[in-house]
Amino acid sequence: MEAIARLIAAEAAAAAEAGTTTGDGLTAMGAGLAYGFAAIGPALGIGNLVGKSVEAMARQPEAAGMVRTTMFLGIAFTEALALIGFVVFILLKFA
Amino acid sequence: MSTPVSPLGSVLAGQAPEVSISRDLVKRGLFAAPVVVLGGFIADSGAGAASAGFALALVLLNFSLAAGLIAITAPISLGLMMGAILFGYIARLGLITVAVLLVKDLSWVSIPVLGGAIIVTHLGLLFWEMKYVAASLAFPGTKPNKPYLSKSRPPDKHQAKD
Repeated sequence: MEAIARLIAAEAAAAAEAGTTTGDGLTAMGAGLAYGFAAIGPALGIGNLVGKSVEAMARQPEAAGMVRTTMFLGIAFTEALALIGFVVFILLKFA
Repeated sequence: MSTPVSPLGSVLAGQAPEVSISRDLVKRGLFAAPVVVLGGFIADSGAGAASAGFALALVLLNFSLAAGLIAITAPISLGLMMGAILFGYIARLGLITVAVLLVKDLSWVSIPVLGGAIIVTHLGLLFWEMKYVAASLAFPGTKPNKPYLSKSRPPDKHQAKD
């Protein structure tokens, strides 16, 4: 416990020396969380989407063209969510 | 009784519809480029225009990479395609991040315009393409010149009777 408290105190002193505030730290944390969480949802979505598409293509190979078409568009739409998270990250961090 | 076949071991032969779609998306993106750049210019003059152009290029590259990955891996195995799509998603997200981090400090970059243009062009192009694809899937007869929409269509029963 004492070691952690000492570490936090040292970090706070270093931050004060560098001229950063708690607000800056929270912004950086928020940016990281926004990007990280925004990437998790689409990853699950794409996994589910592709899994079901593979199943559909294996069941009905004659419909593979249609399934692949809709799968590709589905992937791109799902990925848009991650891109929104990324844009929130760059806006919070660099704008 | 037929022997069960693993879907992951199956392969997909024939044309890759993703390549046709991504080519279509790139074509539409190039058509829309002047409007996107003009929008960026209105938002933040020269830096905005350059950022909007850069964002459009990133989005088009992202679509092309996604389509290329599927087209290359699908004829090998569906399992590989699945893996390539999932890891490709992370890799492409990383590539976009690296590309933006590399240019973020340059004088011609406007971060708000860059971010906004990435979202607007990505979604805009997708909705534009989706409108076309949805209509073609619902009424395949209306778009006979697109092979990726009509090739896999099963033969019409009514037509066979005639």
